[in-house]
Parts: sequence; structure tokens; C-alpha cells
Amino acid sequence: MRLEPIANPTLARTLGFPLIALTLTVLIGSSLAMLAGANPFATLGLILKGAAGSRFAILETLNRATPLIFTGLAVAVAFRAKLWNIGAEAQLYAGAVMAVLLGTGALGWPSGLLLPAMAGAAMLAGALVLLGPAILKVRFGVDEVVTTLLFNFVVLLFVSMLLEGPLKDPMGMGWPQSSRLIPEARLPRIIDGLRLHWGFGLAILSALVVWVIQSRTTLGYEMRAVGQNRQAAEFAGIPVGRVILKTALLSGGLAALAGFSEVAGLKGNLTLDISPGFGYTGIIVAMLALLNPVGVVVSAIFVAGVFVGADSMSRAAGVPTYIANIMLATALLTMVLAIALTRFNVRRG
Amino acid sequence: MMEILDILLSASFWAAVIRIASPLIFATMGELICERAGVLNLGIEGIMVAGAFAGWMTVYSGGGLWTGVIVAMMAGMLFGLVHATLTVPFGLSQHVVGLGVTLLATSATYFAYRLALPRVNTPPRIEAFQPLPIPYLSDIPIIGHALFSQTPLTYLAFVLVAVVSVVLYRTPLGLALRAAGENPSAVAAQGLSVTGIRMGAVIVGSGLMAVGGAFLTMSAFNSFFFEMVNGRGWICIALVVFGAWMPGKALLGAVLFGVFDALQIRLQQTTLGADVPYQVFLMMPFLLSILALVVMSRRASVPAALMVPFNKGER
Repeated sequence: MRLEPIANPTLARTLGFPLIALTLTVLIGSSLAMLAGANPFATLGLILKGAAGSRFAILETLNRATPLIFTGLAVAVAFRAKLWNIGAEAQLYAGAVMAVLLGTGALGWPSGLLLPAMAGAAMLAGALVLLGPAILKVRFGVDEVVTTLLFNFVVLLFVSMLLEGPLKDPMGMGWPQSSRLIPEARLPRIIDGLRLHWGFGLAILSALVVWVIQSRTTLGYEMRAVGQNRQAAEFAGIPVGRVILKTALLSGGLAALAGFSEVAGLKGNLTLDISPGFGYTGIIVAMLALLNPVGVVVSAIFVAGVFVGADSMSRAAGVPTYIANIMLATALLTMVLAIALTRFNVRRG
Repeated sequence: MMEILDILLSASFWAAVIRIASPLIFATMGELICERAGVLNLGIEGIMVAGAFAGWMTVYSGGGLWTGVIVAMMAGMLFGLVHATLTVPFGLSQHVVGLGVTLLATSATYFAYRLALPRVNTPPRIEAFQPLPIPYLSDIPIIGHALFSQTPLTYLAFVLVAVVSVVLYRTPLGLALRAAGENPSAVAAQGLSVTGIRMGAVIVGSGLMAVGGAFLTMSAFNSFFFEMVNGRGWICIALVVFGAWMPGKALLGAVLFGVFDALQIRLQQTTLGADVPYQVFLMMPFLLSILALVVMSRRASVPAALMVPFNKGER
């Protein structure tokens, strides 16, 4: 078989294939539910209800979407420039550590100063964590996929060391957790009484900033050029190495904000399970959004909804909660295929 | 220093080195075959998880040990088929598809585990492969115990390296496979199917990765638990680079990795381990892998068409 590019895909094609992908995902989810001995329609209904069926559910979904927006943006920014940052998990933890370092009483500043300082320090730490692999890529040609993946394990062990050593909460009954943040270091809630914090607002803002950078600045243009054709970009006089490093700083900083927002907004302290793989899920979020920063917000909410919905369904219907991950992996694989099929004709021979 | 010397001179240390290296050898050979044909397979981590579970589950439900190995291999090949179909004929991003396959294989495995054993806190153990000392050879001091008192799967791992070397460098099939990764147009010009060769390589390679995973449950830990693969797949990808895409050197890398891993485990129990947090030791294998990548990347000979999709009639 052979792939032939289509100059102007029809609307039916552009919408049809992604729709088939979505249907396939739902079908697989339903068959898994049946496999687990549950009614597939009831299961899907429970997922939907758990994700968006009440005010509490919606807020829970938006809360879960917050770190995913950050990690999704981090991945989208990097992948656009063909910098394969699979290390958002490590950068997230780096940001979380900085939030704890500055927010547990080391700085007795008012909120208006302390929160920006924490966010800035978090971004710096995350940026530095990704700068390492990026320099290795630019200077020595070391594949960043492997280094960022391996760094995830190193950083997680490092955080574990901190939580059992210098950052350990003396009042934590021996659990590996940090002390709690001082009240000034907590991100306030958007609306009093509702469990949604300003991390979500910061996430939306970040998406807009990234959108502006990508579509309205020279750096954005250069990142796109490097991603589309490195040789051509080099030939056109774009400093490819420097653009990759700048992309790394931005991407690492964004992922670190996820850690800052989880610690300062949601949890109030740092534990080793603060991220159930938000860094990796960010890849799905970014791909489903076609690497578009505004799309990331939408797809993060969708992905968060699947997780929150599946959690609540699992409690009610007894279908293992891993069904969410299977459906998201299926959505990812079928969607990248569907998007390719909207742009290419498959020919025999 | 004396403590380290004591460790290095003990026979049980070298036996552990080979035991740690064995699953990595299977998976590294699998990845090497894929990459030599031009396909980066990031599904490796998830495929190892699937293989670990499939092999263990087969034995747990009453199947034979070798049946378990074959079931694991078939599970791996199934995910390999998914990866191959999406990346080879459709030419989709090998990064994205690979990570997707890892997520799919991992979560499908965990789902299946929860379905099969809904209410189990301590994972049940199976009667796993037993060490099979080879007569006479296993009596050689230190080396004998390390190399010739292992389980059958370890011997198989070493045989596999030889087989992969011979096939890659001494057969027309190996030539075609390497050419598919270096210069696919030349392969197509010979009237061979690049798509077929690459898909075959990914499917077979994925099968081997799954056997590597099965080693963990059937020859090392004897039970299945979550997070048990713990980055071994990613380390194998580093080992392929370290080995400059050559089976023999990759084997050396896996054994070297085994040395460091076995050493860090033992160092934790020494006086040094009392002063240094255990996480530092656990970090070592990952840091060393990164270091190895940096050192080797300067003279690495990457297959020229690695990660380059081939579309017939396009140039």
C-alpha cells in the first residue's frame, strides 16, 4: 500500500475519520465493561455522570484538568519544535519541590509576592531539569527521548530522598511527606466555597500566553520552522540549537507549573504520589489537541473527565479504573491514525 | 574499598549480575531488531509489562512454564502488530505510537490483572523456572556459579544473542533487515517489501521484549506486581545505543548494567549504605545509562533510516 497526499480534503473526510476514531474508542470501552461483567451503557453513563453529572463532578474534572493543561502545554510546545520531551513528570516534581522550599515558611512574604516568587522558582527549576537533556541533544546529539525518560526516574528518587530527609515533615508521623504550606503560599479558590483554585485560572492564562508566543512572536515562528524542517531552518539562518534550548526552557517551565499548582492549589504539601502520571498523560492531551495550545485546554478537560468519570464509575460498577487509561490510549492511537487518513489516500500497490 | 572488593570477588554477586542482565538481554535484542529495520519501538516498556503478566498468568492458571513463555511472546507480538501497523504502512510518528502502545499495553495488563484477581493484596506466587546447573561447567569457581547455574531462560538469552548476530550478519534475511533500516529504497529496488520486513522486525522484536518481561515473573520474582518493570524498557533503549546497534556490544552493555545494579544493591548494605540515602544507589543505574549515552553518542552509528517512514514511490 501507498499513501498519497490529498490537496483539499473534504469536510466529510476531515470530520468522518476522527468520528470513527471516537466511536472505536467508545466501542472498546464498552466491550471492556462487558468483559468486567457490567452493562456497557450503564458503565458509559456512569462515567459521563461522574465526570459532568453534578456541580461537584464538574469542579472535580476542572481540578483534575489543571495539571494536565500545564503538562499538555509543555508537551505541545516541545513537540511542535520536534523536541521530544517525555520528562514532564520530572519537571512537574521539580516545580513542586520549589513550591515547598519557598512556601513552607522560608519566606514570610504576603501572598501577592510569595505566590509569584514560588511560581517563578518552580518554572526555573523545571526549565533547568529539561535544559540538561536539551543541551545533551544539541551539543552531543544524545536522543532526548531516552534521557528525559530516564531523568523521570532520577528526579522521582531525588524527591523521595528529600521527603525522607531535609524536606520531611517533623509532624508527619514518619510518612514521607513535606510540611504544609503557610496560608500565604496557598492559591486561593476562584469562588468561595467551591473546590476550584486559581491554578486553573493560571493554566488558562498560560495557554493564552503560549498561543500568543506561537502565533505572534519570532520565537514561535522559529520553533515551528525548526519542527517542520530542521535543515531548511538552519539554511534560512535560524539558530536551531538556541531555538531548541529556548523551547526546552519554556516547556520545562510549563510542566513545573503543574507541580506548583498541585502543591499550592490542591494538596497543600508534597508527597511522592502527587502526580499519577500527569507528565505522561500530557502527551495524550497534547496529541489529541493537535499540539494547539487552546485545544490543549479542551482536550485536558476531556481527558480529566474520562479519569474522574472512570474513578467514580469504578466505585459504583466495579469495573477496574484502568479502563480510563485503555480508552485514552485507544483514543490516542486511533486519533493519530484518523488524522493521517484525513490527509492521505491509501492506495494499493 | 575492601567491602567493594569482597563483593566483586563473591560468586553470588556474579550470579546476580547475570540474573539482572537476562531480561534486559531479551528486550534489548528485541529493540535492536526493530531499530535495525528502521523502527524505534517505544512500546517496549508496556510490552514488557504485558509479557510479564501473560507468562505469569498462564502458569498461575495451570499452564506449563514454556507455554507461559510462548503466551508471553504472542502477547508481545500482538502489541507489536499494533505498533507496526500504525508506524510502518501508515508512517505515523514512532514516538507517539510507541508511547501510546506502552500506555495501552500497561493499562490493558493492569485491567486484566484486576479482573483476574479482584481482591488480592499480596500477589500469589508461581512455581517458576528453577536453576539448571550444567554438569562440570558449573563447578568452575566463580564463573561456573555465575554463568552455568542459572535458569533455562538465562541460557536462552545468551543463545539468542548468538542467533541474532548470525541472522543479522550472515543471512540474506539479516542483510535485507539491515538494509531496510539504512537504505529502504535500495531494498524496494531489489523487489523486496520494506513494509513486510519492517513489520516483521517489529512484531518479532516485540515478542522478544515480552519474553524479557516474562523473565521477571517466571525466573526472578515469581509473582506479578504493578510497577515491576520499573523503567527497564527505557534502559534497554539506552543499551541499544550503548551497543552501537550491535548485538554483541549490547550484550556487553546489559552485563555491565547488571554489574552496576547488583553492586548498588549490595553497597546499600555496607557501611557506605548507612551514610548515603538508599535513593542515591537506586539512581545510579539510570544516571549511568545517561552517561553511557553521552559517551557513546559521539561514535554511534545510527541506522540511517531510523524513524524515517518509507512510502513507496516517494523520494
